[in-house]
Amino acid sequence: MNLNILTRRLQTMKANTVNSIMLHVLIALTPATVFGVFIFGWPALFLFVVTVGSAALFEAICLKLSGKPVSPALKDGSALVTGWLLVMSLPPWAPWWIGVLGSALAIVVGKQVFGGLGQNIFNPAMVARVALLVSFPLEMTTWPKPGAIVFMSNPGFLESLGISFSGVAIPDAYTSATLLGAIKTGFTLGYTVKEALENSNIGWAGALFGWSTGSLGETSALLIGLGGAWLLIKRVITWHVPLSLLASVALLSTIFSSLDAEHYVGPLIHLTSGALLLVAFFIATDYVTSPSSPTGQIIFGAGCGALIYAIRTWGAFPEGAGFAVLLMNSLTPLLDHYFRPRIYGRDHRGRPLELPEKAE
Amino acid sequence: MQITFPFAGLESRIRGGVHPEARKESTAGKAIDTDFPLPSMLYIALQQHVGQPAEPVVKVGDRVFKGQLIAVGQGNISASLHAPTSGVVADIIDYPAAHPSALPTPTLLLETDSLDLWQQEPETCDPFSLPPEEISIRVAAAGVVGMGGAAFPSAVKLNLGRRTRIKTLLINGGECEPYLTCDDRLMQERADDIVDGIRIMLHGLECRDAMVGIEDNKPLAFAAMRAAAASYPSIQVLQVPTLYPMGWDKQMIRYLTGKEVPADGRATDVGVLMHNIGTAYAVQQAIRYGRPLTRRVVTVSGGAVKTPRNVEVPIGTLLTELFSYCGLDINRARRFVLGGPMMGDILPHTRVPVIKGACGILALSAEEINEQDSKACIRCSRCVTACPTGLLPLEMMVRIRAGQLDGALNYGLRDCISCASCSYACPSGIPLVSYFKYANSELVARDQASLKSEQTKKLADEKTARLERIKQEQLAMAAKRKAETEARKKEAEARKQAKEEEARKNKEEA
Repeated sequence: MNLNILTRRLQTMKANTVNSIMLHVLIALTPATVFGVFIFGWPALFLFVVTVGSAALFEAICLKLSGKPVSPALKDGSALVTGWLLVMSLPPWAPWWIGVLGSALAIVVGKQVFGGLGQNIFNPAMVARVALLVSFPLEMTTWPKPGAIVFMSNPGFLESLGISFSGVAIPDAYTSATLLGAIKTGFTLGYTVKEALENSNIGWAGALFGWSTGSLGETSALLIGLGGAWLLIKRVITWHVPLSLLASVALLSTIFSSLDAEHYVGPLIHLTSGALLLVAFFIATDYVTSPSSPTGQIIFGAGCGALIYAIRTWGAFPEGAGFAVLLMNSLTPLLDHYFRPRIYGRDHRGRPLELPEKAE
Repeated sequence: MQITFPFAGLESRIRGGVHPEARKESTAGKAIDTDFPLPSMLYIALQQHVGQPAEPVVKVGDRVFKGQLIAVGQGNISASLHAPTSGVVADIIDYPAAHPSALPTPTLLLETDSLDLWQQEPETCDPFSLPPEEISIRVAAAGVVGMGGAAFPSAVKLNLGRRTRIKTLLINGGECEPYLTCDDRLMQERADDIVDGIRIMLHGLECRDAMVGIEDNKPLAFAAMRAAAASYPSIQVLQVPTLYPMGWDKQMIRYLTGKEVPADGRATDVGVLMHNIGTAYAVQQAIRYGRPLTRRVVTVSGGAVKTPRNVEVPIGTLLTELFSYCGLDINRARRFVLGGPMMGDILPHTRVPVIKGACGILALSAEEINEQDSKACIRCSRCVTACPTGLLPLEMMVRIRAGQLDGALNYGLRDCISCASCSYACPSGIPLVSYFKYANSELVARDQASLKSEQTKKLADEKTARLERIKQEQLAMAAKRKAETEARKKEAEARKQAKEEEARKNKEEA
């Protein structure tokens, strides 16, 4: 439909175009990513390049196939953000094909099949991650220990090439369990929280600063939080989703651990470990797949938090962030439908406000 | 079906809004220019306000004096027009209107004689010696309309306010549109007159309290108004936050009084009435000095204007004359706007006259417009945050694009005030407000069409009913006739039988 009406926009602040929004997301992701590459070494860098590169490539191919102009849509940076978020959540030494397949799943199945930017129902990065996790559980749960410096305790360049590109098995000496994984395993063996933590030798401090086993970009709660703060300061995201998500996890973990400290992990560990902060600031806040009204966003965030806590505590997986986000994504249209802002001069049912005389 | 919002009551007095660059600095510091040379010809449109156009009461060739009534308002909502200066009525023709369509509308052409003669000098009078009901009569006689842009006849509002016994008169000094500074300058230079006008309106409304809301980006105007109103404790001059669209009457009402005007109601339903600063000034001029509304202050600004400033001009001045007076760089001018850049109308050309509601005329350059191709919606919901009405512009837009007008209606399309906050906030550069204006005009057309088809259907139904009735009547008639003939036949039979019987009897007897 050609409306043939000129838009009436004044020159706006530069912080208000799609490109600049995506740019700020990338800036916010950078510290945690650099840190992840630093502690996990060459294989992590290879995986990062392969994943982000193939995300851009698949985006271009899809646009070409659907007959849309390629360059402006590529330039908006949304494919880079998707690929980048995906690689943040992958095991740092995953083989190259995990990255490529993940990007294909994210871009093609998660986004372009729905009609491209702004049309998808589910968060593309999480679609890919969950699909990879249930299809390739071994590759997706092999966690290398963090190395002190890229070139010392981590494998060298050539060995890394082997790990990333020719299927060389990762030596057991390099691997260990993630904190959440160790706790989950400990529980199945009948340990208490305290015993499980002692076995994993990662405390919440390790989880906070990021010197711990985990996904490529998720280990440092501090740096992810820093990126989240950047997004909030730059008004790329609002407080509704992150705050309600973190608050619901904190609340539930506080309640359960104060009732039974031996079998329920406390809020400090919950808040600093796993994908929680990345999800709270970068993934659950995805514009396209979260509700558009503030009330809807608060409910969405709280629901994500509750599901993450439930899957971590009672589910079969040590971490449930991806599943939680996808489940809540499916509720987004409903939340959008039922939780609309109140319209001026109307009550919440959409009926005109009663006049004061009538109300008295 | 809606679920009740759990945080009602936590809402602030302002919702939504955006911070467009003000760009008022080029004109805010300059005094109102009153030296505009009288044009040789004034083009006075007969439709300058909401409602019915005015009916001319002078003929072509008539000599008119300054302030003389030249056209009378028709019907309930209309306003009269007066000659801004003395001269001769040159013609009454269809002339392009100051409207995006620039379609010709009936316009009275006044050839000025540069004498600027009153028939008799207007008398000053003490407004407070007049009976209150006289005020709105005189306001109507002076042709005063809302000077904030909508140009609603002011006397109609004043009468409504009197009838409903309002508690507070609100005066809108928001002027939230970028570029515009005519109210700002009026307040800085003529604050005493404005306060006088507010007191006159209060007298007419028989109401005690007034509140003046001025955006906090106009400290000088605020100080001037404070000083002017200092000796009248019932007139409060207040600062309101600078947040577009603060000048939307309902936003200002909510901010100043905490009350919301019901969706199907008016400001008077919550006991307030709102008038613009410029209207207060026009009322004062009309009542105290007997000067009908024939001039207004217009902000001439924009990147293509060499010396932007506020100019006081007679109604009917062509925009071309005003632009040439302020200097226009025609090579830089990309777009002409009547009003402000957010809600104003884009004009196809400038050979249109100034009307009573013209607060500003802008000649914008390419870099000010910053046109860009719109991208896909990324559902970032900045438009939701920006909407002062609490709508979901992105959802409405999707539905309008898909041609589902009813879906958009369900999302509150009719409550949209076309303030363009959503368009401004959109990072993809989607012209949301244009969609809503388009859809609303489609709805109007659809309503008219459905009304028409209903009427047609009604007529057709009536016709079939009538035909049916006639047919039934004819059938009834036929049946009646048939019955009558039957009856006659039977009678004849009976008589025949009686005769035969008689004949037989006679035979037998014989």
